[in-house]
Amino acid sequence: MTLPFCVGCGCVTVLSNFLRAVQELGHKDLSEFVFCSGIGCSAWIPSPYLEADSLHTTHGRSIPVATGVKLMRPDLNVVVFGGDGDIAGIGLSHLIHASRRNLDIAVVMVNNMIYGMTGGQVAPTTPLGTKTTTTPYGSFEYPLDVTRLVVSAGASYVARWTTAHGEQLKEAMKKAVTTKGFAFIEAASPCPTAYGRRAGFKDVAEMLQWFRDNSVSLEQATKITEKELNKKIVVGEYVSREIPTLTENIYKIVRGVGKGA
Amino acid sequence: MKTVRSNIEEKSSLKNKVFPGTYFWQGNEACAEGAIVAGCRFFAGYPITPASEIAEHLALRLPQAGGLVVQMEDEMASLGAVIGASWTGAKAMTATSGPGFSLMQELMGYAFMTETPCVVVDVQRAGPSTGQATKCGQGDVMQARWGTHGDYASIALSPNSVQEMFDLTIQAFNLAETYRTPVIVLADEIIAHMREQILVPPSREITLVERKKPTASNKAFFAFEEVAPMPSVGEGFNVAVTGSTHDEHGRRFTADAAVHQKLVKSLVGKILNNADKIVDYETENMNDCDVGVISFGCTSRAVYEAVELTKEKGVKVGFIRLKTVWPFPEKAVRDLAQMCKVIIVPEMNLKEVFYEVERVVHGTTSVVPVNKIGGSEMITPEELMAEILRSVK
Repeated sequence: MTLPFCVGCGCVTVLSNFLRAVQELGHKDLSEFVFCSGIGCSAWIPSPYLEADSLHTTHGRSIPVATGVKLMRPDLNVVVFGGDGDIAGIGLSHLIHASRRNLDIAVVMVNNMIYGMTGGQVAPTTPLGTKTTTTPYGSFEYPLDVTRLVVSAGASYVARWTTAHGEQLKEAMKKAVTTKGFAFIEAASPCPTAYGRRAGFKDVAEMLQWFRDNSVSLEQATKITEKELNKKIVVGEYVSREIPTLTENIYKIVRGVGKGA
Repeated sequence: MKTVRSNIEEKSSLKNKVFPGTYFWQGNEACAEGAIVAGCRFFAGYPITPASEIAEHLALRLPQAGGLVVQMEDEMASLGAVIGASWTGAKAMTATSGPGFSLMQELMGYAFMTETPCVVVDVQRAGPSTGQATKCGQGDVMQARWGTHGDYASIALSPNSVQEMFDLTIQAFNLAETYRTPVIVLADEIIAHMREQILVPPSREITLVERKKPTASNKAFFAFEEVAPMPSVGEGFNVAVTGSTHDEHGRRFTADAAVHQKLVKSLVGKILNNADKIVDYETENMNDCDVGVISFGCTSRAVYEAVELTKEKGVKVGFIRLKTVWPFPEKAVRDLAQMCKVIIVPEMNLKEVFYEVERVVHGTTSVVPVNKIGGSEMITPEELMAEILRSVK
């Protein structure tokens, strides 16, 4: 069976590292998982090719659907895959609220800085000045730092890597799946077809090299000027903590009501 | 018969049961209690006038029944969460009004396409847009049929009393489970906010329907000849749910015209071919009438009295009171058209059910609209009587 991704697509790296992560955690299959995804290339990571329960929803609404699933089946690992357009464009409100609630799910946002599936339109994460199909003279908006936004919104685990950091990505996914609380991973990913071609990259190897050359750790980031930092991808583990989850908070109340009153 | 005044202390003593008895409830309250009786165990909603009381009442009562209530960040998230909960096997509901129902339309389409059972209460208010937030309207009729894009068939129930806010909410869940579809409770602000006596029957007199579950070997979960069995996530079925065109196994198949035709026709046929079993209405004087009246919701309350008033004037009025607006009860309407030369359609909108009646009678009978918008006043029995008398001259 052939996967639908373009040659060089970062989604393949994300998918393979996720499956390795799950395997290394000791799962023999995906029976303890439910996957929710929206619309876009990244939403095809879990659906329909995984042998697992998957809900391929409407654009931007995978997180609310995941909320309903997790609240009623807190025993299952609910994982959301989506692109930057899906998770941080149309779905941004849901991302923030799920993070705020500390909903006990994992969200992997594959950030290729473009709306890839529809052919390469500008995204909330596209760097300023980039030529895209809807900004043929160069984009005129500042991009959103989704990772830092999620940190502010209150998540329990937040990490950012690129697909050039496969091993670290895999380790982060293991942590995300086992974290109690809202876990978010931003995986910067090359889209040679919709982004790379128009942005001046010769091929995917060049894009991955660009990722490697421009990634700095959180520690290194403290030693660089702000102007320099704008051109960098700050990778690493931003947050790793444990606080009561939405499921814990809500079930505590429901159990209390059921018993007492 | 035990009579219980609805106040917070007494409500909390009822715990997870809704004890049989006679109560004096608000319409929205009755809807919430009906949901509990029906087995609803998940509610996600967003505040909106005039539906907020449903969320508030369920927030208090549903946890007592072991269910969950969560207020989501908007109406789209509310219906999304309801859909997710439904796929875990739970009966789930949301409640809103016109503006919120508009926001939900994309996910309504998703629920229709994926055959996700759920109940969506739309307590209509005067629109369009923000409109008159606190005033009644009946203008969401067509939206309840065609609110989202594409071809599909919907089920919409229209309560006209506090009793029916209770009864029809239970019926909505039963229809949702039977036909694996979202079901709309198309209420209105007047019925939702009024208080009336309501009888809760003993549980042995209430029929509840549960969705058909698949056997272990079954792999076909969508768009069948009949309603397909519905697996839940987390039970080993590896169910692939998608809003894209798919085959019976849930496999995405958008390039194949035949698959799309089969799927969409099945979704439509599932409802319309079973219309006889779904359609519900109340009639009077169908066999002996000069004039016909077709009404629904709050407006129908005035019809009862108008019919009595015109009887005193010697005019015989036959009426159909719609309990299901969708599917539209075509046969009953045609029967009425056979008997009368005129059918009057009063509604608090600018002709919605009217167009359906006109379509169905196909020119054999004259159809006269009576429309009142503005929300403050319903169409009065006197206004209706005047129209009825005008039409027989």
